[in-house]
Amino acid sequence: MAHPQSPDSDPPSPKPAGSPKVGLFVTCLVDMFRPSVGFAALKLLEDAGCTVIVPAEQTCCGQPAFNSGDNKDTRAVAAQVIAAFEGLDYVVAPSGSCAGMIREHYPELFADDPAMAQRAQHVAKRTYELTSFLVDVLGVTKVDAALKATVTYHDSCSGLRELEVKAQPRRLLSGVTGLKLAELPGAEVCCGFGGTFCVKYPEISDKMVTNKAEEIVATGADTLLAGDLGCLLNMAGKLKRLGAPTKVRHVAEVLAGMTDGPAIGDPAGSVSGEER
Amino acid sequence: MQSTSKQFKDNAHHALNDATLQRALLNVKTGFQEKRAQVVAGLPEFEALRDTGRDIKNHVLANLDFYLERFEENVTANGGHVHWCRTPAEAREKILEICKRREAKTVTKGKSMVAEEIGLNEYLEENGVEPIETDLGEYIIQLRHEPPSHIIAPAIHVTREQIAEDFRREHTDLDPNRRLEEPRDFTDEARAKLRDRYFAADVGITGANFLIAETGSTVIVTNEGNGDMTQLLGKAHVVIASLEKIVPTLEDASTILRLLARSATGQEMSVYTSFSTGPRRSEDMDGPEEFHVVLLDNGRSAMLGTEFQDMLRCIRCAACMNHCPVYAAVGGHAYGWVYPGPMGSVLTPSLIGVEEAGHLPNASTFCGRCESVCPMRIPLPKMMRHYRQREHEKGLNPQKARAGLALWSYFATRPGLYRLATRIASGLLGRLGKVNGRFTSLPLASGWTSVRDLPAPEGRTFHDLYRERQAKGGRA
Repeated sequence: MAHPQSPDSDPPSPKPAGSPKVGLFVTCLVDMFRPSVGFAALKLLEDAGCTVIVPAEQTCCGQPAFNSGDNKDTRAVAAQVIAAFEGLDYVVAPSGSCAGMIREHYPELFADDPAMAQRAQHVAKRTYELTSFLVDVLGVTKVDAALKATVTYHDSCSGLRELEVKAQPRRLLSGVTGLKLAELPGAEVCCGFGGTFCVKYPEISDKMVTNKAEEIVATGADTLLAGDLGCLLNMAGKLKRLGAPTKVRHVAEVLAGMTDGPAIGDPAGSVSGEER
Repeated sequence: MQSTSKQFKDNAHHALNDATLQRALLNVKTGFQEKRAQVVAGLPEFEALRDTGRDIKNHVLANLDFYLERFEENVTANGGHVHWCRTPAEAREKILEICKRREAKTVTKGKSMVAEEIGLNEYLEENGVEPIETDLGEYIIQLRHEPPSHIIAPAIHVTREQIAEDFRREHTDLDPNRRLEEPRDFTDEARAKLRDRYFAADVGITGANFLIAETGSTVIVTNEGNGDMTQLLGKAHVVIASLEKIVPTLEDASTILRLLARSATGQEMSVYTSFSTGPRRSEDMDGPEEFHVVLLDNGRSAMLGTEFQDMLRCIRCAACMNHCPVYAAVGGHAYGWVYPGPMGSVLTPSLIGVEEAGHLPNASTFCGRCESVCPMRIPLPKMMRHYRQREHEKGLNPQKARAGLALWSYFATRPGLYRLATRIASGLLGRLGKVNGRFTSLPLASGWTSVRDLPAPEGRTFHDLYRERQAKGGRA
């Protein structure tokens, strides 16, 4: 498993001087479904003093192929990501899943190709999940945001177990004015998304996300937050299907103070009363 | 045992719609997860112990032939016999041969998953020998004519009400109005029923948690004491074990024992840890006259030197399945063969083939919880992924999935084209979903929308909006 903040050799300096050049890995789901999460990440990084670059040659991190056993196609996509980001100081993604893919799995993909493996390693150890980057690397302790809401938090699996993202989002949320956190029992249990799993085994996925949705509702929180859009789409979709009023947002939206737009799965133009 | 792993999806469907099973499965969380968490929190060196345990087993697997031969020498020196069996058929025949020689009518059995693997009970029955399960959970499922659904709690899929019904049906000599509600009631009744059977049994068969090379001992852990009765009271004791159960020394066994009960039941130690070293000696008060170890390979040696070798570190604690959300949803029988849960999703295709059990390594979200609790640090998700790779390489995954991947890959490696396609898709879905904010059904996405809504995209892609922002030259 991961030892995220202690990569082997040649680590990027823990607290960079000047303005670090950060490549934003948008993620395919944020790009397509919820660009506002990308802009929230951008704002948080710029507010923290980073120079953010969004390389145009990025599409996806390759997990759909990797988790389907298709390493050849995964390598092609990974090589593209490596080439697009290797000149930058850091790679940051608003997703523990995609950051975990780059950080934990890219190097092993090129085990038979030493030159590529080295480049993969170089990018891997500069790659972070957003909240972990803000807290662990930049030392951010406070964000400038307010949200009058009781939120609950789901720890997405890859971020939690591959990158040890657990305290960082909570630390940052504790500084959001007006926000109360009601912890979710079973916050570390998978929501049933699992990438292609949720469509390959919909009935099992349904059971898992139904349990999750019931536990979310039982917290009494009006808003659910998490750090991975895949899990959020899954949980929001189930909460909507069950008719639950819980609003669902990516944690970056809240930390960036960008909660004016509709929550995930809500109609355009809908404004969330409790949040005002 | 005949596999139904190919029908995993159907099995899962039935399991998910079985209200009684679903009620029974709720016990996994309270019964195992919480207890493990508590006992692990109470042992500061637990993580270091996991490293030690992993290293012991890695050393064993690198020197397996040496330790197995050493074990055989010591068993023989103690007056016992080791029988090397390549296949389940060889193991069954060897055990029957011992039973026949002892003219056995009944044999008592301690809990053994390897006995399930070789289909021992059915085989003995077919050949006129009656096997009697003595572990309470195994006793219950034997009454129900079911296989175990969990490797340490074989009857976890059965509710108390069902057990009471089974006992009343089978134990017709007892008062029909007796109380059968608490675990204690079931234990007492089974114990009373089993008592005479121990004394009458000609042969006692147990599994083994460890085989110790330096002493030629076999070790079992139980909580009911049934294992001791089984191995001591029969005239012959037969141990059936797979070859990776070997450890070099008593010290190594005791190190791993510290991990085993904590990871399994959340106990510091199981109630009984019993060592068997050869048959009864002339000065012993009791013990079996014969001591046999049936060592089963059944495909395990073929895992050595492959990407699946680490699986042979498994000590069968069941922590992986106890923490697996898929196991919690469908239970053990859905997996369709002997070993369920994450360890089964790796071991089953290794032993019976990925062609037969290909569903199992696919039915995982890779949430990683199994690996995070595995006392032997087996990288279970990684090995499941290796099986997906094998399937992909062999072309065993569904044509639809392969076509989808090829299409995805075509776009994902052409960023310009990808931008165009996502812009169109995002725009279209964004417009269609604007009013409701979500889709309750969508062509081509029924796998998603059959069970949950699909939140609608906001309407424009990030990259489009970002480029626009850059063109305007400022922050949004």
